[in-house]
Amino acid sequence: MQAIDRHDLQRLLAEESAQLVEVLPPTEYEEEHLPGAISIPLKTLGDQAGQRLDPSRPVVVYCYDYQ
Amino acid sequence: MSPRAAWRLRSLGFTKVYDYVPGKADWMAAGLPTEGPKASVPRITQVARSEVPRCRPDETVGELRDRIGDWELGVVVNDGGVVLGTVRAEVLGLDDARPVADVMQEGPVTFRPNLGLSDLAAHLRKRGVPRVLVTRSDGTLIGLVLLEDIPQPSQGDSADG
Repeated sequence: MQAIDRHDLQRLLAEESAQLVEVLPPTEYEEEHLPGAISIPLKTLGDQAGQRLDPSRPVVVYCYDYQ
Repeated sequence: MSPRAAWRLRSLGFTKVYDYVPGKADWMAAGLPTEGPKASVPRITQVARSEVPRCRPDETVGELRDRIGDWELGVVVNDGGVVLGTVRAEVLGLDDARPVADVMQEGPVTFRPNLGLSDLAAHLRKRGVPRVLVTRSDGTLIGLVLLEDIPQPSQGDSADG
């Protein structure tokens, strides 16, 4: 696992077709999220990751801030 | 939360896993676009004055006075831009050689950049506060918001009509 900053994220999205995953509760995602992000709350990650994410592509997870 | 998610994905067999640690707050603080109903809410970063005078705590009162001009305060930051305190213009009449650290007010209240303009305006008016600092989630300064810079709601926006 590698911690990245905003510039790394933008590069991964633009150049490597990274999958962006918000792991906050669904209500927070519905209110506002990063462009193109999908919602997989932390509690459901184990159930949903295999179905919704492509393991051959990079995956970037995020929450609100340094939590 | 995101570090736990990243490790969980690794345990599930994903090998290219990254954690955008600064998160949504950092993205919004940079003024980048978002999606969702709240994406169009005017944010306090739109009126934050990033040009507010800054100084380090080891600089002198005289050095800060030279750059403060008509501003009512200067912001004391460390080398990384993290807010340490503020100095009001009226205390700059003190000994020029005194370090700013001696005269600053430590630990000012700060607000996050994703806060809505109308929410901040209501907060400031309720408490009679004319200005606040806006910082990123890592404590670095974005700017100063003056209540006078926040547009007044129109009659149509008023809750009581």
